[in-house]
Amino acid sequence: MNGPLDFTLGLGDDALIAAQRLAEWTTRAPEMEEDIALTNIALDQLGAARLLLSYAGELEGAGRDEDALAYLRDDRQFRNVLLVELPNGDFAVTMAKLFFLAAYQLPLYTALAGCADERLAAIGAKARKESAYHLDHGALWVKRLGDGTEESHRRMQAAVDQVWPYTHELFAADPAAPVDPATLRSAFDDSVGPVLAEATLTRPESRWAPVGGRTGVHTEHLSYLLAEMQVLHRAHPGAKW
Amino acid sequence: MYGNDFSAPDDAAGGGLLGEVEAAEAELREAAGRQRRGGPAPDEDLAAYFTEVIDAEQKIEPRDWMPEAYRRTLIRQIAQHAHSEIIGMQPEGNWISRAPSLKRKAILLAKVQDEAGHGLYLYAAAETLGISRDELVRLLLDGRQKYSSIFNYPTLTWADMGAIGWLVDGAAIVNQVPLCRCSYGPYARAMIRVCKEESFHQRQGYEILHTLAHGTPAQQAMAQDAVDRWWYPSLAMFGPPDGNSTHSAQSMAWKIKRFSNDDLRQRFVDMCVQQAEILGLRIPDDDLRWNEERQAYDYTQPDYDELMRVISGDGPCNRERMAHRRAAHADGAWVREAAAAYAAKRAGQKEKVAA
Repeated sequence: MNGPLDFTLGLGDDALIAAQRLAEWTTRAPEMEEDIALTNIALDQLGAARLLLSYAGELEGAGRDEDALAYLRDDRQFRNVLLVELPNGDFAVTMAKLFFLAAYQLPLYTALAGCADERLAAIGAKARKESAYHLDHGALWVKRLGDGTEESHRRMQAAVDQVWPYTHELFAADPAAPVDPATLRSAFDDSVGPVLAEATLTRPESRWAPVGGRTGVHTEHLSYLLAEMQVLHRAHPGAKW
Repeated sequence: MYGNDFSAPDDAAGGGLLGEVEAAEAELREAAGRQRRGGPAPDEDLAAYFTEVIDAEQKIEPRDWMPEAYRRTLIRQIAQHAHSEIIGMQPEGNWISRAPSLKRKAILLAKVQDEAGHGLYLYAAAETLGISRDELVRLLLDGRQKYSSIFNYPTLTWADMGAIGWLVDGAAIVNQVPLCRCSYGPYARAMIRVCKEESFHQRQGYEILHTLAHGTPAQQAMAQDAVDRWWYPSLAMFGPPDGNSTHSAQSMAWKIKRFSNDDLRQRFVDMCVQQAEILGLRIPDDDLRWNEERQAYDYTQPDYDELMRVISGDGPCNRERMAHRRAAHADGAWVREAAAAYAAKRAGQKEKVAA
């Protein structure tokens, strides 16, 4: 990757696509309180995405604002990790995605809060508090489902098995970035390991580690997500909303 | 404004409505502060005491004796209101994924989240009357309790987010502001909080329409089309004309309801006319005109036969809305069971530690 612009764009895209996926749960959650909680987390991610994309637009210096970046790029130009674009699946898959993402975003934003770039430091300082809540929420559900009923245990283990391979991409080394993701791996392992153990879940031993998001080579799912997200904006070029 | 449920629509974006809610809140505090003897005497007639409290504009609280019919009426009304908030999340939730800017997406997400919050808050108010949320949800899913018929209409374009905010939330507030003075304390207090948030929603909807109405020709057409489709269903939200309203008279006597359906509908029309002018959008009624004698607008009534059809289940989206709610509930069953099982295990462990 290529310095602060790619890095900021990648983080902004992570947050935006995560928000879009989480918002799909609105009106569909297993409990009304959970509907509110998932919407809340979607709003946090969307808020971080807007700050990061606005800043990425400024770094680029080509006059693109948050909406130009969100609505007028194709999937090959998106820089999010594959993890966030995966379909929601059942509630267990969504919680596995949420938990792993938060366990990565919390140390990431915490490190960002202390980085030399003032704008990124301010965004990190704000977002890390939200990530701490996301991590708590995800961990609570991973434990409830893992150590709940036979069916929930089966589903939660299947979800962890399905999502785990996509976590490796989160920590691909990038020494030139404001925060090198490779340095976050131990913090991630420290928060994920004990929760999986308490949840009576097994950490998968998969050697498969799909990558490509940070260079714009995505899963087949992202294009559909963008088609829906961008359809109205693109149908009215130049319009204000 | 004190002592009057309606002010002049001086603020075109609905600020007048917020003022009315604040006035109701002040009145609620004042009523609470007024001297009230501490409950009925041991040998006192409970029904007479109830009537005295109502007549004195005081609040009935959960601990107080109340007629069974009063309790049933409130449960039905509060539950229907709560169900409306929960079902009402669907038509707007329909546009979250396609919101045309990130800012609009955030506002819409927050709005739908507010509606879930209102639903929970109202279910809690209903629970003070001795019925559980689970029972109420069951009554909704079984089709034995209703929700507002307006949510059985589809949201076809982005402009519908504006029209729902401006018209549907506007009509809801006109309906609900008097409920801030309802005789049942928990409902009155819930309504104050709900109305405050609703007035922000109304303002946001108005702002969406204003932006569209001043946008490209396609956006203007989208805005007008939405107003054309939502105007009469919004008028119908106030219920059947006074002559045909089944629950009105008793509810007025109990001070659950304070204005007739037709009075509220008229207020809503009068409020919207000026706002539509500022928006630059046309209310789809050729017979809409100022009546000097009545000091109000004459307007065309909505199609009440259509209202009855939609209420009885044959609106465009009744089946989909209910199927969606039932599916969410059914799909989430294993998650709720897991949470209960996990909590039971934790409780068991705590007991072991304590022993």
